[in-house]
Amino acid sequence: MALVLWAISVITFVIFYLIPGGDPALRIAGRNSNEALRAQIREDYGFNDAKPVQYVRLMEKTFNGQLESYSDRTNVRERLLQGVPATASLILGAAAIWLFFGVLLGVISAVYAGRWPDRLLTIFAITGISLPEFWIGLLALYWLTYKVSWFPPGGYAPLTAGPVQWAYHLVLPWATLALLSIGFYSRLLRSNILDTIHDDFVRTAWAKGLSRRRVLGRHVLRNALIPIVTVFGLDVGASLGGAILVEKVFGLNGVGQYIADSVGSLDLPPILGTTLYGAFLIVAFSALVDIAYAFIDPRIRLQA
Amino acid sequence: MSSQPETDFSFDAAGLVAAESGADQRIEGLSPWRLAGRRLRRNRVALFFLVLFVLVVALCLAAPLYADWAGNTPDRNNLTGTLVRGGKKQFIVTPDGKPIGPGFSKKYLLGADQNGRDVAVRLLYGGRNSLFVGFASAVLTILGALVLGLCAGYFRGWIDRVISSVFDIVWSFPVLLFAIALGTALALGGLHLGFITIQGDSLWIPTIIIGTIFIPYLGRPVRGQVLSLREKEFVEAAVAQGMGPLRIMFSEILPNLTSTVLVFGTLTIANNILTEAALSFLGAGIQPPAPSWGNLISDGVARLTTAPHQAIVPGIAIVLTVLSLNVFGDGLRDALDPRAKVRLR
Repeated sequence: MALVLWAISVITFVIFYLIPGGDPALRIAGRNSNEALRAQIREDYGFNDAKPVQYVRLMEKTFNGQLESYSDRTNVRERLLQGVPATASLILGAAAIWLFFGVLLGVISAVYAGRWPDRLLTIFAITGISLPEFWIGLLALYWLTYKVSWFPPGGYAPLTAGPVQWAYHLVLPWATLALLSIGFYSRLLRSNILDTIHDDFVRTAWAKGLSRRRVLGRHVLRNALIPIVTVFGLDVGASLGGAILVEKVFGLNGVGQYIADSVGSLDLPPILGTTLYGAFLIVAFSALVDIAYAFIDPRIRLQA
Repeated sequence: MSSQPETDFSFDAAGLVAAESGADQRIEGLSPWRLAGRRLRRNRVALFFLVLFVLVVALCLAAPLYADWAGNTPDRNNLTGTLVRGGKKQFIVTPDGKPIGPGFSKKYLLGADQNGRDVAVRLLYGGRNSLFVGFASAVLTILGALVLGLCAGYFRGWIDRVISSVFDIVWSFPVLLFAIALGTALALGGLHLGFITIQGDSLWIPTIIIGTIFIPYLGRPVRGQVLSLREKEFVEAAVAQGMGPLRIMFSEILPNLTSTVLVFGTLTIANNILTEAALSFLGAGIQPPAPSWGNLISDGVARLTTAPHQAIVPGIAIVLTVLSLNVFGDGLRDALDPRAKVRLR
């Protein structure tokens, strides 16, 4: 794991320091700057040093929280920390929604396999995974906010301002971010359940005379959920990408919005910092998922 | 979206042959490909969406023809012009900056944008760019994943360990964020790798980025399949015949991966079009003034209240394209390999 983390940091460095062509000083100072200023910037930022030196300095800065934006020289970590509540609310809320509805619709779909509820949910799911989330967000903003004003026109209300306002501001972003994953999870769970339902241990459970509820709930669903747990851990981390789009659309002012703004102004350090922290979070998350596995599936615990 | 209820298609296939050739006739064997073709032909929904997709591609390819017919180009601004529509003379962009909406007229069928450019023409030209990036990056993903997956699965040992850990590492980045990081870094100064130089506003930049980041998503399943295929008897036979590893990998093992690649390829194009749209929407994909579906939506955001068609129209194009690819890909999977588990995202 330490090796993976190290490789991630090197790749990030390569992306931001080696791949981009052109003079970084020109980017910071602007196109109309003079050579003296650019030389000064190269000196200040240490672009003249050897690449390994720059790498070490970058890592020091990143983990001491001294990374600074090129455009306005604000501290990246501070800005990111300010954005965390909004982004965490968005992602965790959306994750809860998509897990709940994904499992619910997946079970319904599998139980009614081939009949009309399944067909309907299939159409819903495949449409759901074909929608660009930011576009759906824009449509929702247009119709539900500007046309009928059921929802606030974007923005984030912190939890400290009251949970009702907080949730009210987040309903549309949650739904937008969750939509794609609901379709995906319900399809995944449906096929998992249908794979499991013919297994021997399920037949045994029926033969023991257990109730339908118990067979489906305890025996089938529990096994069918295992692959869901794997992807869920990864997807929560990966939904940081979706959060960037959704936050930009709804103006949530979290980490995602910060990234979107930085892309707009071609400001590299905030993106660099977030990519690095985000990748570390995902690695940590997958470690947690492995642990969660052991709780759900005793077979894995026995192997270990 | 199969119209069939959940049945095991491998049994279904056998039943189909038996039923159609009759009980007292000799049962003829059908090649798996013909069986798959038959299953696909019976899936009307999948075929309908295939036609829809082909239609979208054809329309986008015909963009210059349409532009000629409508008498407009994708880049011509028209801030002061007027247009006769429904017998009334209307501004293309009103003096207070509101572009005309969709309506029945030869020019500006789908309305204008803030610069008075024809949205319909830009939509078709943007579709060309979006589809190009979608296709080309999918080809890149498939090539990369096949080569890496085959090598890892066939040679195993340290080669496998290296390739697998590269997959793991790429996998640990949040996909979209990784693409954004690369997109922003490369859009600034282009790509300079040895003798290869690509300008920052080239279509190849988003293509390469999207094509690369999704390699592990196909590479892992390919590696897994190769690991089990290489233990099969036909590989043993090939080794006994004295074939070299390259020949075994590409002429013995590779053909067995065709169905995985076909299904994954279809779904990848869909996924890549979505990714491109997201990147361009943020400004890290196809660089303006080149149109793309994502760029068009992003242009429309600022005028969502006054000219919603600008953001809505390109989105519909994306949804139609991606939906048709997803439905067709689903049907293709049902037809080719009902038990395949290809996961994309």
